[in-house]
Amino acid sequence: MRRLILIAVPYLWLLALFLVPFLIVLKISLSDIALSIPPYTPQLDLSEGWAGFRAFLSGLDFENFAFLTTDDLYWKAYLSSLQIALLSTVMTLLCGFPIAYGIARAPHEWRPTLLMLVILPFWTSFLIRVYAWMGILNTEGLLNQFLLFLGVISEPLTILNTNTAVYIGIVYTYLPFMILPIYAALEKMDESLLEAAEDLGCSRVSAFWLVTVPLSKSGIVAGCFLVFIPALGEFVIPSLLGGSQTLMIGKVLWEEFFSNRDWPVASAVAIVLLLILIVPIILFQRNQQLQREAEG
Amino acid sequence: MTQTVFAPWNDPDAKPLIEFKGVTKAFGDFVAIDDLSLDIFEQEFFALLGPSGCGKTTMMRMLAGFESVTSGSILLAGKDIGPVPPNKRAVNMMFQSYALFPHLTIWDNIAFGLRRGNASKDEIANRVEDMLRLTRLTKFARRKPHQISGGQRQRVALARSLAKAPKLLLLDEPLGALDKKLRQDTQFELMDIQEKTGTTFVIVTHDQEEAMTVASRVAVMDEGKLIQVSTPDVIYEAPNSVYVADFIGDVNIIEGAAAQEGESVSISWAEGQPPIRARSTRSLTPGQKVHFAIRPEKLSITAERPAEAANAVTGKVLDIAYLGNISTYHVELPSGDVLKAQSANTRRIARRSFTWEDTVWLSWTETAGVVLEQ
Amino acid sequence: MRRFSWFNATSLTLGFAFLYLPMVILVIYSFNASKLVTVWAGFSTKWYAELIRNEAFLDAAWVTLRVAVFSSTLATILGTMAAYVLVRANRFPGRTLFSGMIYAPLVMPEVITGLSLLLLFIGIGLDRGVLTIVLAHTTFSMCYVSVVVSSRLTSFDKSLEEAAQDLGCSPFDAFRLVTLPIIAPAVISGWLLAFTLSLDDLVIASFAAGPSSTTLPIKIFSAVRLGVSPEINALSTIMIAIVTVGVISASLISKRAAVRQEAETRNAERG
Repeated sequence: MRRLILIAVPYLWLLALFLVPFLIVLKISLSDIALSIPPYTPQLDLSEGWAGFRAFLSGLDFENFAFLTTDDLYWKAYLSSLQIALLSTVMTLLCGFPIAYGIARAPHEWRPTLLMLVILPFWTSFLIRVYAWMGILNTEGLLNQFLLFLGVISEPLTILNTNTAVYIGIVYTYLPFMILPIYAALEKMDESLLEAAEDLGCSRVSAFWLVTVPLSKSGIVAGCFLVFIPALGEFVIPSLLGGSQTLMIGKVLWEEFFSNRDWPVASAVAIVLLLILIVPIILFQRNQQLQREAEG
Repeated sequence: MTQTVFAPWNDPDAKPLIEFKGVTKAFGDFVAIDDLSLDIFEQEFFALLGPSGCGKTTMMRMLAGFESVTSGSILLAGKDIGPVPPNKRAVNMMFQSYALFPHLTIWDNIAFGLRRGNASKDEIANRVEDMLRLTRLTKFARRKPHQISGGQRQRVALARSLAKAPKLLLLDEPLGALDKKLRQDTQFELMDIQEKTGTTFVIVTHDQEEAMTVASRVAVMDEGKLIQVSTPDVIYEAPNSVYVADFIGDVNIIEGAAAQEGESVSISWAEGQPPIRARSTRSLTPGQKVHFAIRPEKLSITAERPAEAANAVTGKVLDIAYLGNISTYHVELPSGDVLKAQSANTRRIARRSFTWEDTVWLSWTETAGVVLEQ
Repeated sequence: MRRFSWFNATSLTLGFAFLYLPMVILVIYSFNASKLVTVWAGFSTKWYAELIRNEAFLDAAWVTLRVAVFSSTLATILGTMAAYVLVRANRFPGRTLFSGMIYAPLVMPEVITGLSLLLLFIGIGLDRGVLTIVLAHTTFSMCYVSVVVSSRLTSFDKSLEEAAQDLGCSPFDAFRLVTLPIIAPAVISGWLLAFTLSLDDLVIASFAAGPSSTTLPIKIFSAVRLGVSPEINALSTIMIAIVTVGVISASLISKRAAVRQEAETRNAERG
C-alpha cells in the first residue's frame, strides 16, 4: 500500500504536469489560429460525445508545420540556432578544456578550492551573469574603453546586440557545464599512464593527444552535450545580448507566443525544436550509459 | 568418567529449532536452493560452508526473511515462518558489512532493536550495558562507528544482533573483514559468547578452517544442495565424497578399481604397484571405480621400507614446502602420481632427514584413508 | 610536492579572470555615484538606498522567495520519493515512462516547458499566479532533486535498511530512522538546488506568472531589456553576495566535517 503511494504520487504529478501539457502542445500545434479565447480551433467538445471527438480529430492538420517551411523566418531561425549552438559549444570546449586540465593537474590541496570557484557561478543567477556583460560590451562599455585606451582600436566596436555578444554570453554562462565533466574524467585518469607513454617513446605533446584526450573523451562528449542542448533553445542570452537580426528559435517561439499570440504556430515551433533535440539527447544518454558501464 | 556429549542430532526424540522442508528457491531460471531439507537444533553452532554462489547466503537470507521460498517451507520452533516479515521474526542477523548505522553511536546502535519493542527505558539501558560488557565495548559506547577499529565494529554488530535475545542468530561471513590474527582470536570469542548466551548460531562462511573451529556441525554445500552435514571431525576424517574431501583441507586422491572382502577393500591403481589396502563398510561391486582419499599427515615418510606397513610406496622427493611447524613433501611415484606427505618439524631445519631428489618410502595403515564412490 | 606548471597557471588565471571579472565589475559599478553606468563618478551607496525604497522590487522579491520556499520543499519531497522509486522499485508497470519523465525535463528547453505548462493552466482554467509558478517550478526542480538523491541512494549500502528491518523496523520506519538520516546531506543539497533554480528562473516563470505575481527575475529582465541600470547592479551585488557567502560557508562546513571524520577514522584504526 505504502509502496503504491510512493510510486503513484510522483508518477501522477509528472503525468499531469509534464506529459499532459506536452500532449496539449502537440494537439494545439495541429490546430488552427482563431480569434477566440483560447485563440485556437478546434476545441474538444465532449458534450457531443463520439461525434464531437471525430469532428475534433478532423479539424486537426499539419498546416502549421507546412507554414513553418514556407516562411523562411523559421527555418533560418532553426539553422542559425544550430550554428550558434554548435560554434559556441566548440568555443566553450576550447576555453573549458585547459581550465579543467589545469584543475586536474593542480596541487592536491588546491583542487577543492578551484572546483568551488568553478561551481560558484552555477549558484549565481543566470540572468545576472548575462546582464553583467551588457555593461561590458556596450559601445561606451568597459571593453571598448579599455581597447581605446590601449590604442588597439580608434573607433568603439559594436559588440552588444550582435551575434558575437551571443557567443560570448553562451561561452561565459555554460563554461562550468563544460569544465566539470571534463575535470571528472581527467581526475580519474592515472597519471602513471602518461609516464608510461613517455617511457615508451612519446613526446609530451603526443602523449597528450594519444593518452589524455582519448581517456577524457566521455567527459568531453558529456560537456559538449551539456552546452549544446540548452544553448539550442536559449532565450535569455539572444534577447539580452543579441540584436534584432539575431535569430534564435527560443526567441522566435517567445515572440510568436507573447507578441503575435499565435499559439498553434508557437506550439509547432516547439515540436520541431524538440524533434531536432531528440538526436543529441539520445546520443548524450548513450554516452552517459557507456560511461556508467565502463565504471562498472 | 562419563560426560554428556552435546549431540541432539543423534537423539531421535529431540525437536529441531529450525526445519527446512523440501525448500527450493529460484531466481528466474537460476535455482539457488534445490529441494533442500535440513534440521538445526537449539544451542547448536551450525556452519554453512561452501564456495561463493553455492546458495549458503540465500539460505541465511531466507531464515532472516529477506527472501521468500519458491516451494517447500521453513519452520522455526515448529511454526512456518514463510508469511512472517523480517521485522516480526525472532531471528537476528549479523551482516557481512556489519551494517552499523553510521549516524548513531555504538550505544544507540545496540539499543536500536530494543527500542522497537515495548521495553522500558531502564530495561533497554540495562540490556545495552550487559551487551557492552559481554563484548568488552563499554569504553566505546559514546563513539560513532567510524571512530572505532574494524575488530570493535565486528563486536558492535554482534552485540546489536544479540541484544534482542533472538532464538536464532545468523552470522553472514562474520569474520571476513578481519585480518588473519584478529580472526583467530575472534573465533574463540564467538564460541565463548555463543556458549554464554546459549543462543543458536548459524554461520555462513567460505573459510573451511573457520567452520571447523567454531561449529558443532558443518553443512558443506555445492550448487544449492547439501553434500554432507556432520560434525567437523567426521567431515574431515570421513568425507562422503571427493568434493567434501577436496574442499576441506589438503588431500591425496588416488583413482582405482576396488575388490572387496568383508570390510577389507583392495584398490588396484597402477601397473606394477601393489594394490592399496583399505577398509569400507559400504558394499562395492567388484572392479568398481573408486577414489581413495588420504590426508597428507596420515602418510609417514621414511628412508627405508617400514617392516609392518599395510601400504607402502616408494618415490622421489620432488619438492619441499617448509611451513614452519610442519613440512609438506611432494613425492613423485614411478607411476607419475605425486603424493603429498606432511611431517612435523620436531628437529631444527639443518638436521632435516630428507632433501630434494632423495628416494623415500611413504606408508600408511589400513584405516588411514577413506574409499569414496563419487 | 607538486606545483603548478606555467601552462596550467596561465590557463587557470585567464579562465578564472574570464569567469569572475564581469561579476567583479558589476559589483564595483553598483557603488558608482553616476547614473551613467560606464563612467566612474566616485563611491556611493545611493543605489542601494533607492533599491530598498523601490516597492515593486521588494514585492517581486517577496513573491520570488515564497515561490522558492514552497516549490523547493515540495520538489524535495516529490523528488526524494521519485529517487527512491527509481533506485529501489525494480519492476512496476510504466517504469520506463517514469524514468523518462524524470530525465526529460532536465534537457527540455525552458521555453517548451513554460509554454506547455501555460497551455495546461489555460486548458484547465487555472488562474495564473503564485500557485501556478509553484506548480511549474516544482515540476522541473523535482527532477533535479531526484537525480541528486538517486545518485546518493545508489551508493547507499542496502544492508543498512535490512539490518533495521531485522531489528524490528517496518519498511517505512527503516526509511525514516536509517535511510533518511544518512542521505540527508543529499536531500538538503537537492533542496538548495531546487531553491536556487526557482530563484533564478525567468523563462518558465514568465509563462506561468500572471499580472499580479511578478517574480524578481521577471522584474529584472523587463528592467534590463531597456539597458544597464545602476539599481539592477546594486540588486545583483546583493544576490551575488548572498550566494557567495552561502556557497563558501557550506563548502567550509562540509570540508571541516570530512577532515574531522577522516582524522577520527585514522585514529580508530591505530587503536
